[in-house]
This record gives sequence, structure tokens and C-alpha cells, in this order.
Amino acid sequence: MSFGPFLLLALMEGLVTAAVLSLAAVGLSLVFGVMRVVNVAHGEFFMLGAVIAWFVAGLVPGPAWVGFLAALAIAPVLVGALAAAADGLILKRLNYDPEATIVATIGLLYMIQQAALTFYGPDARPVPAPFEWRIQLPWFGYSGYKLFVVAAAVAVLLAVWRLMTHTRAGLVMRATQVDREVARAFGIDVDRVYMGTFALGAALAAVAAVLVVPISQAHYLMGGDPLLLSFIVVIIGGLGSLRGTVIAALVIGLSDGVISMFFSPTLAKILATLLVAMVLVFRPQGLFGART
Amino acid sequence: MSRVWALHLGLLVALLAAGFLLPAYHATNLARIMVLAIFATGYNLAFGYTGLLSLGHAMFFAAGMYAAGLPAWHWGWGAAPGLVAGTLAGGAMAGLAGLLALRTAGVSFMIVTLMFAQAFALAILYFNGWTGGDEGFVIPDASRVLLGADLRQDLPRYVTAWGLFAAGLIAALALVGSRFGRVMVALRENEERARMLGIDPFAAKLRVLVISGLYAGAGGAAYALLFGYAGGSFAGIQYSILPMLYVLMGGAGTVLGGILGAGIMFYLTDLASTVTDAWLFLVGAALVVLVLFAPRGILGWVRARLWRDLP
Repeated sequence: MSFGPFLLLALMEGLVTAAVLSLAAVGLSLVFGVMRVVNVAHGEFFMLGAVIAWFVAGLVPGPAWVGFLAALAIAPVLVGALAAAADGLILKRLNYDPEATIVATIGLLYMIQQAALTFYGPDARPVPAPFEWRIQLPWFGYSGYKLFVVAAAVAVLLAVWRLMTHTRAGLVMRATQVDREVARAFGIDVDRVYMGTFALGAALAAVAAVLVVPISQAHYLMGGDPLLLSFIVVIIGGLGSLRGTVIAALVIGLSDGVISMFFSPTLAKILATLLVAMVLVFRPQGLFGART
Repeated sequence: MSRVWALHLGLLVALLAAGFLLPAYHATNLARIMVLAIFATGYNLAFGYTGLLSLGHAMFFAAGMYAAGLPAWHWGWGAAPGLVAGTLAGGAMAGLAGLLALRTAGVSFMIVTLMFAQAFALAILYFNGWTGGDEGFVIPDASRVLLGADLRQDLPRYVTAWGLFAAGLIAALALVGSRFGRVMVALRENEERARMLGIDPFAAKLRVLVISGLYAGAGGAAYALLFGYAGGSFAGIQYSILPMLYVLMGGAGTVLGGILGAGIMFYLTDLASTVTDAWLFLVGAALVVLVLFAPRGILGWVRARLWRDLP
């Protein structure tokens, strides 16, 4: 293959990464924006989504797409419920103190990871794609499912955007984000908003995982990379800014695809991590965020 | 001599005696605990006393480990230059990271240190031809000799671990009792007020971070030379979390918090591993329980209730 098609392939792979990443990162960004909580366990919610998808796909009889749809419905609900419980039992009692919640979510990370290792096991297990369909380009064939992932991610992101801008729930969340005390004074149940936001953030990570699991595989350690990349995306995009997060996910996803294809994935990650540290040091509002 | 020095020196004497009295299995455990406690004591100077919550200390620990291990592996360096190089490497790394990371504070500081440490861990994997990558490497026997004593044998290993820990503990005790020790606490309690008193917060915090890095580097170098192995896993996030856990358990802002927490966690994991292999769960649960119900740790409780002057 010559350079052009090779680059195209790298960009397409990068687009899939960007799609999945933007879903996971928007979840993280939402939680940080509204609650000012850095959720280190976010990657484990992602992993749980994938593991639940594997269980559901195994339990539901019939063709692959039935199991997939069931997983897409069940995994986010279960993961969201777990997140809501964690919020009520742990984060709320810490009064959402930023440093204490980071320590607590690190603890949560280890507990979820160990639970997955104990009950699911150390093996990576595949989930069948809902459909087998290849697009034949002049230079190479490409999985149609991967393009479906991109489309599905765009649809979910649009739904989140609509939720935030055009519904009462979104209005309440934005009000809480701007000023928690004033929101409370206006009769908003801030505790419920926080619980709902934390659950929604986790559910978005689970949706991303269900989408990606037919491409990669479900594994108990799979939460590490999405966590790191989501952090990078959220920080570069400006903490708490949804639009910045999506743009940054595109930039990081595409450059990750290209650098990983032509150089080494490890090098891509080193560069991205250093970049994000520098952004936080020199431009803490993010590359796309406005200075406040 | 004050009660405080009597307590700390008494504990050191008891620890030294334990090396001769305990059965080999527990003596080796205790040597490991003391080496980890060097790391944790340094972490406590930054986190407990100065309020710098770093999530990147594994980078300083690993810097010490590789600065001692790589020259031993590639060029046959001995243990003494290895310990010196490791300690200095930890401090230098902390200075470099601090120059950038200390421009941020709070949550950003945590994430920046985490990211630096992650990049460092990935770099160790990336240059795996030279560092041994994830598998790591065994330190050659010839390099594990300190001033004629063979560190592969139980007693010299124990005494070396004890000597390093004792030096670190006494230095920490002197530091927190000094004028600069009060500057550290002032920065933790109220940085603005400290600035108004004429303290340069950036310079002071950088100094603390370098001191903390020296401890971490010494701990890493000692770990490699005493237990004979260096590997990429020691640079992972887990080794940034462990000292934090030890310090939270033992007591943030107490000189003995590091060794107490390291000892308790070590034996808790050891006990748990006889029942189940789910030790990570224990680490996670301990973190959550501590931060929820006992944020001051054991010695923090002792200081609040029993002994106000405990340093």
C-alpha cells in the first residue's frame, strides 16, 4: 500500500478512537463540570460496561444483534446505578472535597478492578459484532461496524447536547454547575442533581465500552487507557467544556491513530501525556476553553 | 533529651534489635517495610506537612531504582555509588517535575504529577532495550555488595535497610522541628498568609519536593539493591498510590506515620493473601474507609487525643 491509502486507514482508525473517546471523555467532563469531582474510577466504569456487555451477550439467545442491543440497554443502566450508589455512599459524605474525592475514587478504582478480576477472570473475551459487513475501498476493505460506532457516538453526543441545552434536567445541571448555592436557594435538589450527573457520566462511559467491545475485547484492565486518554482530552479541551472536549477528542483520536500507525503507540501516549501536563501548567483553562 | 527524641530513638533501637531476634521471614518483611517507609516518610514531608498531594511519586522512586540498577546492570557499579546515584536521581527528578508542576496547585497539581509519572513509566517501556521494560532485570550479584557486606544475606540486608531508614527518620524529625519545618506547615495551612509573612511559596515547596524526591530515590535504590530486582511496574501509578495510602493510614503529618502505615498495610495484605488473592480490593477499601472515617490516620488521632506535641 502506498502512503495515501495508508494515511487514510490511519485516519479512519483514529476516527473510531475519537468517537469512543469523546463519549467517555464527555462523561468525565460532565462530572467535573457540574460536580467539580475528578473521577479517577471513570475508566473502571468503562471496563464494567464492556464486561457487562460480555455477560449480557452470552445470556441473550438469538442472533448477535439482539444480544448487542440488550447490552446497549442494560450495561449503562447497571453502571449508572452503581455510580449513583457510590455517589450517595461515598462522595456525598466527603462533601465533594476535591482532594478527598480523588483519593476515594482511586479506592473505588481498585475495588472495581479487583471485583472484575475475581468474578470475570483475567482473560480478554470477545463480544460478537451485531453485524458483519465490510466496505470494500479500492485499496483495502474496512469494517462497516467501525463506521457504525462513529455514527452511534455522534448520535449519543447529539442527545447529550440536546439534554444539556433543551431540557429541564439540563437546565438544572447547568444551574448547579454555575453556582451550587444559588441553585439550592432556588429549590433545586443539588444532591439529586449530583447523583444523576455522576450516574450519567458513568453511563456514557459504559455506552462507549459497549460500542467498542466488538472491536477490541473485554478485559479487566481495559479501563486504564480510556481513563488516561479521557483525562488528556478533558484537560486539553478545557475542564468542564463539552464542545472543547469533543474537539479535543477528535484531535487526540486522529493524531493517536496516525502516530500509532507510523511510529509506536507507546510514543504516541508519551507525547500526549507530556502535552497535557504542559497544557495544565501553562494554559490551565485548556486549549479551547475561555480564560475566566 | 526530650520525650519525642526518646520515642523515636527508642523505636529505632527496637527495630535494630528486631532484626537479630525475629525469624528470617519476618525480618525480611520488616526490611522491606523499612525501605518502603523511607519512601513513605519522604512522601509525608510533601503531603502531610506541606499539603502537596502528589500522584507522581512513583516517578521519583523509579528514578532512584533505575539510577542504582542500570549502572549496576550495564557497567557493574557497586552498591555504594548506586545508593548515592539513586538518591540524587530521585531529588533531581523531583526538582525537574516540581519546576513545572508547582506552577499549579490542588487538583491540577495532582493531575500534572500523575501525567509526568505516566510519561516516565511509558518511557521506561519505550526504551525497553536499555531498561528491560516491563520484565525488568535482576541486579547482578557482584553489585549487591555494600562496604564488603553481601546484601543478599539476611542480616546485612536488614542492617542496611535499618541504617537508611534510621538516617531518613532522624533527618525528617530534625527537619520538621526546624524553622523550615514550620514554614512547611504554614504553607499547608494557609499559603496566602505564609506569603504575607515573607515566605516564597514556590521556592519553599520546590525545596520540600526535592527533599521528598531524595527520600523516594533512596527508597527506590535501596529496594533494587536489597531485593535484587528493578522493573517497570515500580514506576506505575500503584507505586504513587501506596505511599499515599501508608501515610493516610499511619497519619499524615506525623514523622512515624510512614513506617506505621507501611507496616500495617504490609501485614494486612500478607494476612489477606492467605485467605484470598484479592489484595487490590483491600487497598481500595482501605483508601475509601480511611478517607471517609479516619482522614487523620492513626497517629493523627493519637496527636489529637493523647499527645499534642507528637511531631
